[in-house]
Amino acid sequence: MKIVIMGCGRVGAQLAGLLDTDGHEVTILDTDAYSFRRLAPTFGGTALIGNGVDEAALRRAGIEGADVFVALTQGDNRNVMAAQIAKHIFNVPRVICRIYDPLRQELYDTLGIEAFSPTTIFAQLIKEKIES
Amino acid sequence: MYIIIVGGGRVGYYLARALLDEGHEVLIVEKNAAFCDTINEEMGSVCVRGDGCEAATLDDIGTGRADMLVAVTGDDEDNLVACQVAKYKFNVPRTIARIRNPQNEAIFKKLGVDVTVSTTNIILEAIEKEVPTHPLTHLLTLSDKGLEIVEIRIPPESKSIGKLVKEIPRPEGSKLALIIPKDRKPRMPAPSTILREGDQIIALTTPELETELRAALTGT
Repeated sequence: MKIVIMGCGRVGAQLAGLLDTDGHEVTILDTDAYSFRRLAPTFGGTALIGNGVDEAALRRAGIEGADVFVALTQGDNRNVMAAQIAKHIFNVPRVICRIYDPLRQELYDTLGIEAFSPTTIFAQLIKEKIES
Repeated sequence: MYIIIVGGGRVGYYLARALLDEGHEVLIVEKNAAFCDTINEEMGSVCVRGDGCEAATLDDIGTGRADMLVAVTGDDEDNLVACQVAKYKFNVPRTIARIRNPQNEAIFKKLGVDVTVSTTNIILEAIEKEVPTHPLTHLLTLSDKGLEIVEIRIPPESKSIGKLVKEIPRPEGSKLALIIPKDRKPRMPAPSTILREGDQIIALTTPELETELRAALTGT
């Protein structure tokens, strides 16, 4: 599959590495070239400097032919905006988006964006660990 | 009207001032505590500290009964989300977003924001109007109807000079609405009206036909 990831933080870089190892065609975007240091030396995909909320940057990243788009920057709003551009402007079949704020995650989930809130997931996980 | 302004920077500040003067009920949501304090000292209690993109904050300030939400922070993505939360969670009838990147105009419309204001585009339009050599100026775009009203000035070397209106090969679907000669009164163009150098023409066209129309009137 052709996958575009926006945000090369710890999660983004690790996900890019895993997908690359599995043989997918991965392009990762970040506004700061310094973030790409997190990518494994064996990473065989493309790392591009660019802002994922900018249509032109997404085009350069090959969003038009992508099967999956994942938004993983630190900014909830940036993720939400990029995810919606990918879904509604470029018609990417699968769009996944990280939203820290659980209320916003709920709203965008109802608006058709596949959104995950690490806040909710992690709190729940730790609670289960403690209670088990 | 009850109007919520997201973003208490310069734009939000002066906007709130103007709207209060007009007698509206105004509330600013601003993240920065120092900005909030300044606004509240100067204008009375009109600013709440908080994130205007968060549903919880918007709930606290009664967004459900707001007539309008205007998002004027410096970040396009924040303005988009504030408008979407207002619209889809609180059913605010009218949302307005300030945008920096003019390309976001179409995207925001598609994503449910009612009105966008692009400072970049406004300055660009002002330049178009101020620069007299610019042969075609957009006056008004009726985007949902696919129509636009443009102003075209006949340049000195144009081959349309001295021709009758009916002789100009205009694209089907565009119409000359008014001719304003340099030193005479404006008039409605008739088929036998003769075009002269410097004539200002107001025309109705579509974005697709714009280039063809410009070529017909200003081509050499």
